[in-house]
Amino acid sequence: MSLIIETENITKKYDDFTAVNSINLKVPKNSVYGVLGPNGAGKTTLISMLCTILKPTMGTGRVNGYDILKQAKEVRESIGIVFQSRALDDILTGREHLEMHASLYGVSHDVRQDRIDEVLDLIALGKKADEYVKTYSGGMKRRLEIGRGLIHHPKVLFLDEPTLGLDPQTRESIWEYIKNLNQAQDLTVLLTTHYMEEADKLCDEVAIINQGQIITADSPKNLKRELKADTITINVDSPQEFVEKIQGLEFIKDAFLMDGEVKLLVEMGENLIPAVVEFASQEGFPIKSVELDHPSLEDVFIKFTGSKISSEGK
Amino acid sequence: MAELEGIYTIWLRETKRFFRYKSRIVTSVVTPLLWLIIFGTGLGAAVRFGATAGGYKAFIYPGIVGQTILFTSIFSGLSVIMDRQYGFLKEILVAPISRPAIVMGKALGISTAAVIQATILLLLSFIVGVSMSPLVFISAMIVSLIMSVGLGGLGLVIAAFTDSMEGFNLIMSFIVLPMFLLSGALFPITGLPSWLQAAVYVNPLTYGVDALRSIILNQSALPLGIDVLAIIIFALIMIFVAALLFSKKEQSLM
Repeated sequence: MSLIIETENITKKYDDFTAVNSINLKVPKNSVYGVLGPNGAGKTTLISMLCTILKPTMGTGRVNGYDILKQAKEVRESIGIVFQSRALDDILTGREHLEMHASLYGVSHDVRQDRIDEVLDLIALGKKADEYVKTYSGGMKRRLEIGRGLIHHPKVLFLDEPTLGLDPQTRESIWEYIKNLNQAQDLTVLLTTHYMEEADKLCDEVAIINQGQIITADSPKNLKRELKADTITINVDSPQEFVEKIQGLEFIKDAFLMDGEVKLLVEMGENLIPAVVEFASQEGFPIKSVELDHPSLEDVFIKFTGSKISSEGK
Repeated sequence: MAELEGIYTIWLRETKRFFRYKSRIVTSVVTPLLWLIIFGTGLGAAVRFGATAGGYKAFIYPGIVGQTILFTSIFSGLSVIMDRQYGFLKEILVAPISRPAIVMGKALGISTAAVIQATILLLLSFIVGVSMSPLVFISAMIVSLIMSVGLGGLGLVIAAFTDSMEGFNLIMSFIVLPMFLLSGALFPITGLPSWLQAAVYVNPLTYGVDALRSIILNQSALPLGIDVLAIIIFALIMIFVAALLFSKKEQSLM
């Protein structure tokens, strides 16, 4: 498996504050890779260094085979970037943004028009393509920025919090859009996010970072499997007694009462529900409802850091 | 080739913005006309100004053209601060083109705006009773172009040190207004007290206004050649310094 982004102990310090602390990131080619962490974890600093916008204090990295310190121009030519904050000019049209970007990135004249049409098709701006950007909705602006980042056919697309501040529906459509892009083109996507769901649904692999360091990195599925903690929630009469009884079972890692419901922590919960139900009826506890929850990346994050990702990182 | 295209692209955007903010074009013509018609006529009635055919109004006319170039150039240069606040500067700075190309594109875009406004004023010369031959007209446009490149460059230099538009009033009070008042736009620069004289001669705008006055009214404090040389040197220095700053301060501009 070849890597398209690789960093060696990349570090960024501001006075006595270390924003990124000796990170070794390995991003496989043609994957959708997520950098997940709370606000202030160092995600933007990390990708700013990879985009050659920011110089690392120590360490270095390679993007598309080019050194981010010595070959900044080549790196910039190989990447597309969508910044966390908007980078659009209100008084230019969508099409003009694309034209401008194409010429700044030296897209040759004979394919320029085709590329622009292609991207306009992709981002589905319709008639709005020739209206000023100030009339666009948040989702349209985001799509335009992503499309713009693709005009010069980059090898890596950096997306810094691509769906920040968008409504759930728009968010879903952006996800779908990024997935399709990654499948249709020879393109690696590196995105930062603090939305668990986004990392879970979109990414082939996720690096969880906190306080400037990678805590763990793997596919979302493996990360969650590692927790070995599905939760079975059961509604029964006299739950207290049920908890005491069922604790004796060998496959139950923990059982407790929460809000009048019984919570059972188990591994591979889907296989154990029949056994739990049978046990309950044998012991004379009629079950009213059963629910199974797989752990989320949030649980993974809590396990490693002891705090919720939605709270500000310190 | 790629550099030229980069310059052209940046220029094109500046120019599009200029034409799309219609209100800016209107005010940029109305303000100098107010100066000429009200201030020129008012003060002209109070002072005897025999040295210039057409009187005081005609005398300040090249100065007001210079003022328009000054205001437009500096404020267009400051638009970089807005670009930075709205994030668009990132899109430009992260592109694989050289920083000097970005500065050149900006400066040329600024000059285009300034020269268009100067041209409108030059076309209105009949208001102050000054007649112009095509040669005078074209020479004045060339001088306006050189002036605006330098002043636009100065705007870019200031912008590189300014984080937000909150510094705008400071720039207005401490740079733009003194430059205008000390340029000899409103009074002759010969026979001034020596402290004022010195301040006038370190002001680059003085040479631009003097050159315009030399071309349009055929009267000047310094030879036209010296004036033109001074504004060319000023323009080169400003472009060089701006390009240097954009390269060195790249990280803090984004």
